[in-house]
Amino acid sequence: MPPRVIEINQLVKIYQMGEVEVRALDGVDLLVDVGEFLAVMGPSGSGKSTLMNIVGCLDRPTSGSYILDGVDVSKLSRDERAVIRNAKIGFVFQSFNLLARTSALENVELPLLYGEFGWTTELRHNAARASLQRVGLGGREDHYPSQLSGGQQQRVAIARALVTNPAILLADEPTGNLDSRTSEEIMGIFQQLNEEGKTIVLITHEPDIAQHAKRIVHVRDGRIQKDERIEQRRVAIGRWAVRHRSATHPGPSPLCGVGVTG
Amino acid sequence: MKNSIQRLGNITIVGLKAISRNKLRSFLTMLGIVIGVGCVIAVVAIGNGATKSVENTINSLGTNYIMLFPGAVTQSGARLFTGNSNLTPEDADAIKAECPAVAYVCPTVRAAAQVVAGELNWGTSIQGVSTDYPLIRSWNVDQGDFFTDQDVKSTAKVCVLGATVAENLFPNGGAVGQIVRIKNVPFKVDGVLERKGGNMMGQDQDDTIVAPYSTVMKRLSGKTKLDMIQISAAAPNLVQEAQSEIEAVLRQRHRIPPGGDSDFQMRSQEEIAQTQAQSMGTLKNLLLIIAGVSLLIGGIGIMNIMLVSVTERTREIGIRMAIGAKGRHILLQFLFEAVTLAIVGGLIGVALGIATSGVVRHFAGWPIVVTVDSIALSFGVAACVGIFFGFYPARKASRLDPIDALRYE
Repeated sequence: MPPRVIEINQLVKIYQMGEVEVRALDGVDLLVDVGEFLAVMGPSGSGKSTLMNIVGCLDRPTSGSYILDGVDVSKLSRDERAVIRNAKIGFVFQSFNLLARTSALENVELPLLYGEFGWTTELRHNAARASLQRVGLGGREDHYPSQLSGGQQQRVAIARALVTNPAILLADEPTGNLDSRTSEEIMGIFQQLNEEGKTIVLITHEPDIAQHAKRIVHVRDGRIQKDERIEQRRVAIGRWAVRHRSATHPGPSPLCGVGVTG
Repeated sequence: MKNSIQRLGNITIVGLKAISRNKLRSFLTMLGIVIGVGCVIAVVAIGNGATKSVENTINSLGTNYIMLFPGAVTQSGARLFTGNSNLTPEDADAIKAECPAVAYVCPTVRAAAQVVAGELNWGTSIQGVSTDYPLIRSWNVDQGDFFTDQDVKSTAKVCVLGATVAENLFPNGGAVGQIVRIKNVPFKVDGVLERKGGNMMGQDQDDTIVAPYSTVMKRLSGKTKLDMIQISAAAPNLVQEAQSEIEAVLRQRHRIPPGGDSDFQMRSQEEIAQTQAQSMGTLKNLLLIIAGVSLLIGGIGIMNIMLVSVTERTREIGIRMAIGAKGRHILLQFLFEAVTLAIVGGLIGVALGIATSGVVRHFAGWPIVVTVDSIALSFGVAACVGIFFGFYPARKASRLDPIDALRYE
């Protein structure tokens, strides 16, 4: 039996909107094992964003427990959650959220600046470079986000999420701003990373995109309505993967050489 | 420990990058601090220079020096002239005769006149003095001789020229023995004083003519009273004693009842120095307040820009928080930015202040003293302004909610 990475029990989140109480999450139970590729689906207002915020340790639940990679994170303070986000979670956002006028390499290095380890400049550069190569962007280290296409920017964001070797990748509508061909490409990268052992939680409202995962959780009215294992729709190995495999990485995991341990 | 130093270094780099990304804005933000610090340094330098030259001049009078003026003193210390002077040459004689603590006494009257020598003329001030004058002012003749007591008694039409006057009336030299006409009265030049240079106010002390006071009173001004009596105590530690002796003698001579206000007043060299220092200090404080206000405005400018910057970079803050920046990291980043702006502004201000002082010295010819104190002070204040005015925006940034910040458009 593979180890648990996410263990959520009776999660409740209540927002106080003036007089009205809104139960955004109303008793959610969710278990995710290491190496899973999970898509969370649901219409807007279903509570999936709230779930994502709590899973991503950006927010705290009103009640219930959440154990992430063996740590109970449901009662942690702001700063403690920041440490957890840095060490255990890699975010990929819909709008990429790269820092403008900052090179790809520097963007990828960013999480290491706030990490608990004493990263030297050289180690940071190496880790960031390896991470960029892993998403097929070796050689674009000095490009600024404005010089990159949408798909490339999202790949920089994925590289940034990977650089700390987090327990989960949390992708919030990662293809929302991309055309369908580029979306496929990005999903291909996620599948590739999943095959290398990464646990991925994908939040989306597009059924097409959700089909790339191995398991879909449907959220509605703050509850999990349906939790199904599906036949994964595989992305054919695209151009990026060819370049990635042939040119840069002979080894199975490029982060092995950097000495990162979760 | 090593890790936190490392991280502090990283945050420093982050802050520096943000500044260098917005060069023009950063410069404009600094401008207030630049001007403030520049002002402080230039003002203090000019003030110190003035104070120093005043001190030099006053010290050159000698520590024994006492000035005796006509007029009364009110309680607030302002000098009020009660109409005409009541100091007479006889008062001076009495002081010299009756005060053992007094060494030299020089009755003094002043007049301004156009002086003619041959075809040349020169407007200058005439000082009527006694033969004690060179002793009190330690001012010797360079050529010829000073006039004698006999000249004073006989109201002789003789004079001694200051170096500047001699140069202008006798450009080819040989002033001694020549005749100059002052208000159409011919005076024989007995001597020329040695060059003394400018005084504390930048006036040329050599632009003067010295003549027996009796002659000046009788032939030139028509005054019967003295403008001032210059006195030298026998020793520096006798100044106080000399002052009380003089007061006793004059009150008796002027028949002032006990408890009545004196109709004269005295200033020792020390008192003059104090008064001067006081007025200089007031001026300096005023200028420092102005400089302080401009530093304050500079600080508000920094706060303003930092607030704009925080709002503008809300999303960036959200990203940084999402990937693991603690509130403290964000706070330090923005605080560091503000302090860097203030410190770099301060450095530019120091350079500007020193340059301004140099320009003033060069073109206005004022004595300028740039002190390390003023540099350290203004620089320190600039850094404090950065911390003080940078703290609020930085704290605002650090307290943003990462979810809201990420959603910010």
